[in-house]
Amino acid sequence: MKLLKATTFLVAASMATGAVAQQDGGRLDLIVQPEPPSLMLGLVQNAPTQMVAGQIYEGLLRYNTDLEPQPSLAKEWSISEDGMTYTFILNEGVTWHDGEPFSSEDVIFSTKFLQDNHARFRGAFSHVESVEAPDANTIVITMKEPYGPFINAFEAGSMPIVPKHIYEGTDYATNEMNATPIGTGPYEFVEWEKGSYIHLTKNEDYYLDGLPHIDDLYYRVVPDAASRAVAFETGEVDVLPGGAVENWDVARLTEMDNVCSSSKGWEFFAPHAWMWLNNREGPTADKRFRQAVMFAMDREFVKDVVWNGFGTVPTGPVSSKTNFYTDDVPQYPYDPEKAKELLDEMGYDGTPVRLLPLPYGETWQRWAEAVKQNLGEVGVEVEIDSADVAGWNEKTANWDYDMAFTYLYQYGDPALGVARNYVESQIKKGSPWNNVEGYVNPELDALWEQAAVEPDNEKRQELYTEIQQQIVEDVPVAWLLEIEFPTIYRCNVKNLITTGIGLNDGLRDAWIEE
Amino acid sequence: MTLWKRFLTNRGALLGLAILIAVIAVALLAPVLYPRGPWAMVQRPFLVPFSTDGLPLGTDTLGRDVLAGLVYGARVSLLVGLVSTLMALLIGVPLGALAGFYGKWVDEGAMRFTEFFQTIPNFALAIVLVAILEPTLTSITIAIAIVSWPPVARLVRAEVMSVTKREYVDAARLAGLSNLSILVRQVLPNTVSPIIVMASLMVATAILLESSLSFLGLGDPNIMSWGFQIGAARTVIRSAWWLSFFPGVAIVLTVLALNLIGEGLNDALNPHLSRKGRS
Repeated sequence: MKLLKATTFLVAASMATGAVAQQDGGRLDLIVQPEPPSLMLGLVQNAPTQMVAGQIYEGLLRYNTDLEPQPSLAKEWSISEDGMTYTFILNEGVTWHDGEPFSSEDVIFSTKFLQDNHARFRGAFSHVESVEAPDANTIVITMKEPYGPFINAFEAGSMPIVPKHIYEGTDYATNEMNATPIGTGPYEFVEWEKGSYIHLTKNEDYYLDGLPHIDDLYYRVVPDAASRAVAFETGEVDVLPGGAVENWDVARLTEMDNVCSSSKGWEFFAPHAWMWLNNREGPTADKRFRQAVMFAMDREFVKDVVWNGFGTVPTGPVSSKTNFYTDDVPQYPYDPEKAKELLDEMGYDGTPVRLLPLPYGETWQRWAEAVKQNLGEVGVEVEIDSADVAGWNEKTANWDYDMAFTYLYQYGDPALGVARNYVESQIKKGSPWNNVEGYVNPELDALWEQAAVEPDNEKRQELYTEIQQQIVEDVPVAWLLEIEFPTIYRCNVKNLITTGIGLNDGLRDAWIEE
Repeated sequence: MTLWKRFLTNRGALLGLAILIAVIAVALLAPVLYPRGPWAMVQRPFLVPFSTDGLPLGTDTLGRDVLAGLVYGARVSLLVGLVSTLMALLIGVPLGALAGFYGKWVDEGAMRFTEFFQTIPNFALAIVLVAILEPTLTSITIAIAIVSWPPVARLVRAEVMSVTKREYVDAARLAGLSNLSILVRQVLPNTVSPIIVMASLMVATAILLESSLSFLGLGDPNIMSWGFQIGAARTVIRSAWWLSFFPGVAIVLTVLALNLIGEGLNDALNPHLSRKGRS
């Protein structure tokens, strides 16, 4: 029996890598941009933190690129038929990087730790009645109500498991161990030279035999996009994560010898870009104006030119990569004449509108210029505001804008990453990530709520289809693009992207061909 | 020889004048040449110069006509250069004149105030000002004026001090003219020539400052300027050289023209000085 298992494992492994034996050893240099504020994933969950800390910490599950759950700290799991009980069987022989054994106690502790420090976790766990550990390797979660998206909430960024023996009874935020994070992941923290690099090394005692393959990871901090491209060209770094270089450089870099690129590894996040349209005041408060904006924009052009053909023009609030997507909604093709008609119909008086671009580099600036030009051609005068990241956060969070660019992650399920931007209960000043546009539709609010707790997936699909149809008709925000961030890497780095969050937890399986 | 004739005998100055007139003409004609404005996306992006009819300098990252951008950019550069220089003169000349004429504590006060601005590096101060005021054409012009006036004040002060010691000023005093009228009617007119020379060079510096600010992304995002063109082209400089090359040439030519004119004016206004310099 044991032998049989080992064979299946080998077959699976060789299929995954194109029948080449994996090699151990080597050093991989990656870009992390911008420099993360901290590596303690339980406290800080922004993108650069997760890119590095996702190798140090682990969640109970991982997700493949089809967003199906895969084993991680939990080797098996089951959901009761009524959707009320989740049981996880943990891997045995797992130790923390400092040698302490890992057990279900750590998982229980982590749920308490995250309750205080992780807004998204809090959201998902508000549906949970209790978490129990019948033995050292079992976790049983009992729900208050069935909550379909719950199974998507266990990756390292959504629910990182943190060490109880280090944090229990301390002030989490000031614990000095935050500077030298201890996790269960395939790589251990070694050194962080601020402004220069973060060095991780192979976890020799990792619980999966033969993993990881690579000896050393260096996450390099290079503040300028052009310099990052040069660092890749000169061979100083081997991997450019999505968004590390300007889109215009992507084509040039991928034409180099031994350079591959992939737009996989973003399925879980499914970054969705749109313009907030202020539904409260000004011309954008009129539905016809918002529809006119959708018709006036040449979104295909932006995709092809500004994004070099990467990405997909979205049909509505849900990404085509996210579960429960439908394309059966009103369509907004590029149609300036239609836009003009709508503007005439509403009696638009030519009030200029302000547009706040996202201060994330030249790509976003060009994008704003294209939108300004498109709207100018149907007679809407646009003034581009400028702001740095802090200013952008403040202006959008305090609703001081007419139109503002943004993009947000969807986390695999509309209830996790989409509803927050359209339901009335999420209208709160002070956050740039909630219902910033001020869209109010009580009828849809009820549907959102119903869909989140509906145990039957077919019925969920029906509900989400109805929601998408109505919301696309109302255009509370102007959906622009399902963003794809191509990862650029040397072709001899294998198995780099194997999960729905790609580089954020993928180095476990990666190896370097000599 | 009159001033004008002396100026015209200077070939460099003539060349400078010709270039400047051409730039001004282009700037004035911009809306006639390109009625759709500099932002219109007219063709495929990244068209190489001289490859397509009607687009001699090619297109940029969004398919906008590079030449149209240059033409409209000339307006911004000249406008910012002239207005900010005028503003700097309006601050610097009165301050320097008062300091030089009245001396004592007026001089002390004015000069310490001037030094306060001089000790902060020009460009750093301009960046901070623009960042605080939010980048618009007005705030950029004001910021450039604020960092450019101190040398004017010092120059005017020195000139006024030396002129004030001349006999005809004493004579004017004896004739019973008021201080203000001596300063305005007798002293200042005799300090005009170095101010003119300096102003022509300040316009050039202002254009460079505006370009640098735009290059760093601190320009007015609604206005096409040369600095903006170069800044936006920076990330694609390896694959599309022409996007930064032509605006760069435009800046070089304009700044060169202004410097040549300044030099010519200097020679023409100070014939003795220039002859001494050349012998």
